[in-house]
Amino acid sequence: MFSWFSQVFAVTRFSLASLPQRLGSSLTALLGIAGVVAVMVGVLSIAQGVLQTMRSSAGTDNVIILRAGADTEMTSGLSGDEVRIIKEGPGLARDADGVIASSELFVIINLPMASTGTDANVPMRGIETAATRVRDDFEIIEGRMYTEGVNEVIVGLGAAQEFAGLNVGDGIEIGQEQWPVVGRFSTGGGIGESEIWVDSKVLQAAYRRGNSYQAVYAKLASRDAFTELKDELTSDGRLSVKVQRESEYYAAQSTVLYNMITGLGKAIALIMGLGAIFGALNTMYTAVSARTREIATLRALGFRSGPVVLSVLAESLLLALIGGAIGAGLAWLAFDGFRAATLNWASFSAITFSFDVNLPLLIQGIVFAAIIGLIGGFFPAIRAARTPVALALREQ
Amino acid sequence: MAEIAQPQTDDASLVDARGIDKVFKRGSEEVHVLGGLDLQIPKGEFLALMGPSGSGKSTLLNLVGGLDRPTQGTVTVAGQRIDNLSNRRLAGWRARHIGLVFQFYNLMPVLNARKNVELPLLLTKLGAAERRKRAEIALEVVGLGHRMGHFPRQLSGGEQQRTGIARAIVTDPTLLLCDEPTGDLDRKAGDEILDLLTALNQQQGKTIIMVTHDPRAAERATRTLHLDKGRLVTDPVD
Repeated sequence: MFSWFSQVFAVTRFSLASLPQRLGSSLTALLGIAGVVAVMVGVLSIAQGVLQTMRSSAGTDNVIILRAGADTEMTSGLSGDEVRIIKEGPGLARDADGVIASSELFVIINLPMASTGTDANVPMRGIETAATRVRDDFEIIEGRMYTEGVNEVIVGLGAAQEFAGLNVGDGIEIGQEQWPVVGRFSTGGGIGESEIWVDSKVLQAAYRRGNSYQAVYAKLASRDAFTELKDELTSDGRLSVKVQRESEYYAAQSTVLYNMITGLGKAIALIMGLGAIFGALNTMYTAVSARTREIATLRALGFRSGPVVLSVLAESLLLALIGGAIGAGLAWLAFDGFRAATLNWASFSAITFSFDVNLPLLIQGIVFAAIIGLIGGFFPAIRAARTPVALALREQ
Repeated sequence: MAEIAQPQTDDASLVDARGIDKVFKRGSEEVHVLGGLDLQIPKGEFLALMGPSGSGKSTLLNLVGGLDRPTQGTVTVAGQRIDNLSNRRLAGWRARHIGLVFQFYNLMPVLNARKNVELPLLLTKLGAAERRKRAEIALEVVGLGHRMGHFPRQLSGGEQQRTGIARAIVTDPTLLLCDEPTGDLDRKAGDEILDLLTALNQQQGKTIIMVTHDPRAAERATRTLHLDKGRLVTDPVD
């Protein structure tokens, strides 16, 4: 056993020590793998970013109430009477200004993207001032809050960045009117930052929605009050509603987009990974053939095949791990925190988010690189060990 | 061209190869390299194997050295049949019994002379200090005591071959196999290598089998055998 390990160690040391002599092909494989890992981590960080945005949208004690059967705000509708009954429900948090619940409606307007100038669907939300108390982290970071009953809007941080003409002082064309942007707000991340907010009464009038809404966002008095509220509202004969925790709602909302981006990212990584495997195979076949005589000499002296196989695998694995680490590092440097917008398939409107290159993703990338390296080294290793010694010694 | 009659079974033979056939397959074609060959080599002999290219000299050397197996026949070295050993056992057997000297030295370019000579000792249970000591002694024996720290690229052809010989003798093998040991050297360096092999044979009693094209090299041997088309012959063709 001792001898076997010392053989592995010795043979691996030769193969690594002779790496500089095969710098060109080794670097090619290394950079190929780095590229694959960078792209994979980059694409998957989009999915992570979207997930992060959706997760941070959900307040811990918040609920969202939609019409029964509706999966999204888009397909929901609640009358003024229904909204009033909902706000009287048990278990809702209250403060000096009354119940912490906001009846909201939602329209989509067209605005050009700041980067490309092409039109995008931008969500515009009509809120009540209680909305700023429902969302714990709401904060005006520039300008001021809109005045109730007036055609003024405030713009989320992400929306202001991604779409043109949303700076404080700009105006948005709604019908025949210009609605001035008076403030820019943050909700501490989350989907709200992709939106434009306006007084719900103003939006109802402009879009002829009468006194109807699409959702009620509310804060619970305590986390445990959820069941009581849900039971009360769903058993009330005057209502036909669906009561969800925000966390569940957003988890469902993000599923489609998350799965789509993750699926795409993995498909791209797989295709590129296949290419990288061939690159690694080529490199290791070259390495093995450059070392044919060296390997044959070791085997002639009495070194066994196992250590030879392991040494080739070790070299391939080392190249792949270095490549993977470089790729993951590049992805982190280039993408982490990079802001972008994409279409939220659940609401058919844009959602802004930051690429999120996190540790599990980096590890995933490096593991993927290791798999590429092992597959790429396997067949050349087998060839190195299987070629008859007498035959290999003749090759010069 | 008549076949040579080999001596009958001799218990003193270190190498006893009988009825050796070796057939290589190239695609669907079968190439008969050795046919019905018998060879006995007593302990302490310095045997030269000569013959034209493709006559089977190196193949025979490989069979005796356990680097290849005969298609038919038996090879016994120091009382042990080696033609039926598994690859794994054969590797271990080579490490214990065979010292190999190659035409192109086959040194590891990334190791210095001493480390190259130490290589076969990695397959033994010797500790690092003992390995180092034995490698140094072997290098002293071949006259390279002053160049132990040099890498192959810093050594002349003759010095590289001396290092190769030091590597071959460091384990004190049963049999020293040399495949064209002077084939890549000029006359002077070649002579020095032959002097060294002769000394190893005469002073230390090493049994040596040497494949060579060079009649001057063969003159140093205690016996010379000629191969042609896979058979031992009396009248040399080259």
